[in-house]
Formats: sequence, structure tokens, C-alpha cells
Amino acid sequence: MQIYLPIAEVSVNAFLILGLGGLVGVLSGMFGVGGGFLITPLLFFVGIPPAVAVATSTNQIVASSFSALLAHLKRRNVDIKMGWVLLLGGMAGSGAGMVVFNYLKSLGQVDLLVRLCYVVFLGIIGGLMFFEALRALRRAKNGTTPRKRRERKLVHKLPLKMRFRTSGLYISIIPPVVVGFFVGILAAIMGVGGGFIMVPAMIYLLGMPTKVVVGTSLFQIIFVSGFTTLLHATTNHTVDIVLAVLLLVGGVIGAQFGTTIGLKLKAEQLRFLLAALVLLVCGKLALELLLQPSERYSISVYQGH
Amino acid sequence: MLRWLIPLLICALPLRAEEVVLGLSHSEVSITADFDGSELLIFGAVKREAPIMDPPLEVIVTVAGPSTPLTVFRKDRVAGIWINNSGVTMDRAPSFYALASSAPLSDILSRSENLRHDITINRAIRAVGISGRAGSVGEFRDALVRMRTGEGLYQVLDSQVTFREQTLFRTAITMPANLTEGTYTTRIFLIRGQEVVNWTSTPIEVRKVGLERFLFSLSRNQPLLYGLLSLAIAIVAGWGASGLFRMLRNG
Repeated sequence: MQIYLPIAEVSVNAFLILGLGGLVGVLSGMFGVGGGFLITPLLFFVGIPPAVAVATSTNQIVASSFSALLAHLKRRNVDIKMGWVLLLGGMAGSGAGMVVFNYLKSLGQVDLLVRLCYVVFLGIIGGLMFFEALRALRRAKNGTTPRKRRERKLVHKLPLKMRFRTSGLYISIIPPVVVGFFVGILAAIMGVGGGFIMVPAMIYLLGMPTKVVVGTSLFQIIFVSGFTTLLHATTNHTVDIVLAVLLLVGGVIGAQFGTTIGLKLKAEQLRFLLAALVLLVCGKLALELLLQPSERYSISVYQGH
Repeated sequence: MLRWLIPLLICALPLRAEEVVLGLSHSEVSITADFDGSELLIFGAVKREAPIMDPPLEVIVTVAGPSTPLTVFRKDRVAGIWINNSGVTMDRAPSFYALASSAPLSDILSRSENLRHDITINRAIRAVGISGRAGSVGEFRDALVRMRTGEGLYQVLDSQVTFREQTLFRTAITMPANLTEGTYTTRIFLIRGQEVVNWTSTPIEVRKVGLERFLFSLSRNQPLLYGLLSLAIAIVAGWGASGLFRMLRNG
């Protein structure tokens, strides 16, 4: 069934978009990532103009994350206090990111820089998680329990300490605000929720328990994505509501299944799978940069009707 | 209305040896939610006062979408990676262009007439600025034409105009699903001995209607409301699905 998208001005197969939404929904429910880093390239692939794909995926992230967040709230897997602290940094970061984005746009190489950002961040994070998860899986197989490291990290030394009961932490709020800020910048530049950066940052930098991390990152993602959607809708007019509805119908259903699957898997397995997925996307984007493209030319139409 | 308009037009035209009278299957293309392309039938007749002359008459039909400025970028390998290294800005390029003729175009149209009336696709595209290390503008324009031809947006339909008895002609042009909104222009040229004898043009309105129109206008005129609406739909859908699944699970 073909559907004409009013903002994107292209006709697409409705079931294809529903399927894409569903696939990304499953992943977002499983890993607590918004799925923006997957859905944006997938939308490019089916022929949606890049500007519309980026803006609309942020709206879709809100929907699939909201559904997943409710599922996590029910299981008390959300550290709301930590969520607000992260959000504080996230909002500021998103605003700063927009400034950076517009500056890069004026240089005329925003495409390349967004792509490089993807490759570098997905590569680093995917790689780190992959090896960490591999070690954890081996430990689980050998039956030895990991030594609990109780070193006094940076998060314990800084001032402005706060108690986060759900996470079982008593740490300074400076690192979470900085993490939120950094993720906010990347969210604005890369058009993603930023879960794939935040989840590892929370685990490795803040030392939060994995189960809480997923729900808490969803909490922050919803607000940052919502804010970004509004920015896109008011400045670039590139949010396609019909495309968003199709994606989110598939997405919200997928997210429910994803959450159920995620609860059945062990934390190390989850991390291993997410790492593999991140590396896969990174590898594909890197290849596009390194190999000679089949089409060397591209058209960039000036917006504004 | 067309029935009234054609005789009226004929009367209004100054007396010439041969004139073209044009009809369209529809003068408006409505983009609805299930829009999947459209076929436009263009037909007409040659009105003449004198007997048919030699050499024979030929017909060229063009349909052009609204023109916009655009940039064509070319990727080059720089420090091991492929990046947009040079680009050419086209002053204006039609979003859609179909060119149909009653015989191979190169046989029936002279260079100077093409230059005067901007008939071929290359003439419909205007290139100006060059940034970076662009080789020749032609290379970039060719790439643009190649890519848009691949999408069905640019069409060259040689010998696709049926021309009967030197009087009646008709052709069908397929408009793809990825049409841009705007005023499209249909032009008909009568050619004799590689020279344009007479030509006429008529507009075709391509418009979004219904829900498509409503959403498009809302996004332009009330962007904040539109953004909030998208978010509200997203949250309600997320929340609704969550509730639905809970209900399903509990029995």
C-alpha cells in the first residue's frame, strides 16, 4: 500500500515503514536506546530526504521510548532523580549542539562531520562494550564472580554530592550533568536520542547498575528528543507527521516485545548484543566513507517553498 | 469549461498560417494520501487556414515542474575517505521535466531554436556558481540529469507523440509518485523545417488536497502547534500501546 508523505513529498510503501518502526521498536525496548542511530540511516535507505529523516526520527524516538519507559517504570527500573540531573545537562547540551550544528552547516560539510561523528562514537563505544561484555560472558561461563572494585573514582571525589537511592549511589552531580550535556550536544548534531552513548557512560563512568540504566536513559531521551522535535518543526519544517505515525505504530508494538525479550536476557548478553549492533552500523558507515561510492554525485535542493 | 475555452482562445489568437490548439486530460493533479503517480494525457490539433505545406510538421511537447536552485556535489577521495569535494550550484533546475516529440529530437529541432525556446533538458537547467575544484559544469549537469532520469523525474520521449494527418496529435506523460507541489507548465511547439512555427503553453496545478493539504499548511503556518501535535500523537500512541499490552497480558 503506497502512501504519499505530505512533508517529505515522496510516496512510500506503508508496510515497509511499519516494519522499520517495529524493528527499531524491538531494539529500543531491549536495550533502552532510542534507535535513532538505526532509524535515520534506514530511512535514508528507503528514499526519505535526509532532513526529514533526521527530524522525524526524533519524534518517533519519543513514542517508542515513552512506551518502553512506562514498562520500565512499572518495574521500578527508573532512577528519576538521576534522570532529572542528566536532563539538566541534556537540555543545555542540545541548545549548544544546535549552535555547533548551524556553524558546521555554514561551513558546508555538515554531512561528512555527522557521518564521522557516527563512525568515531559508534566505533569507540561499540568496541569498548564489545570487549567488556566478552570478558563478562567468559567470567559467567567460568563460574567465577567478578571482584567488586571499590576504588575511589573521580565521581566520589568531586563536590556537590547527592544520594541516588534507586541506583544505590552517593556521588557528585557534576559527572552526570557533564554526561547529559555531552549527550545533548551529540543528540542535536547527530539527530539521535543518544542512548547508545549514555547507556555505557552511565555504566562505566557513573557506575550505575545496568537494569536501572536502561529505564533512566529512556527518561532523559524522551525529553531531549521532544525538545529537538520542536526545534526541527519550528525552524526547518521537516517533521513529517504521517511518516512519524507509521513509524510509531510499528515502534510502540515492537518496544513492548523488546522490553519482554530484554528482561529474559542476562545483562552481559544484552551488552554484548548491543555492542555487536553498534559495531555493525559503525562498520557500514565506515565502509561508505572508505570505499568508492557507486554514485559520486549528490543533489542538495534548497529548502523553502 | 474546456469546451467553451478552446473556441474562445482560437478567436482571440491573431491570424497565422498554422496554430496549435491544446487539450489536457486534466488541468489539475491532486495529491491525496494514496497518490501513486498520475498519467497526463496531452492532445490537440493544428488549426490552419491554408493547405498543408512542405516539409511536414512535427510536434514537441514539454511538461516542466517548478524550478528551484540546487547544488550538485561530487565526492572525491581526500586523505583516504570520500567526501563532497566540489559542487556546482544550478541557478534553477525543474523538479520535473518531460520532453516528448513526434520524431527524434535531433532531426527536427535546430540548435538556434532550442536556444531560443529552452526546449531540451540541458537548456532547462541554468548553472552559475562553481565552488571547489569543479571540472566542467557540464559534468555536474549530466550527473543531475542522469540521477533525475533514474527517478523518472526527467524523461525524454523521442517519437512518443502520435501525430495524425498533420493535424491531430496526442501523447501520454507519466508523472511519478514523488512529485513536488506547484504550477507545472505544458508547452506545445509546432516545428517545420527545424524552425518553431507556433507554440502555446498552459499551466497544470499540482496540489496536495485533503489531509495532505491540511498537514502541509499546518506545518508551515503553525509550526509550534504542528510540533506539539506530533509530540502529543507520539506520547498518546506510546502510552496507548503500553496500556493495551498491559490489558492483553492481564487477560
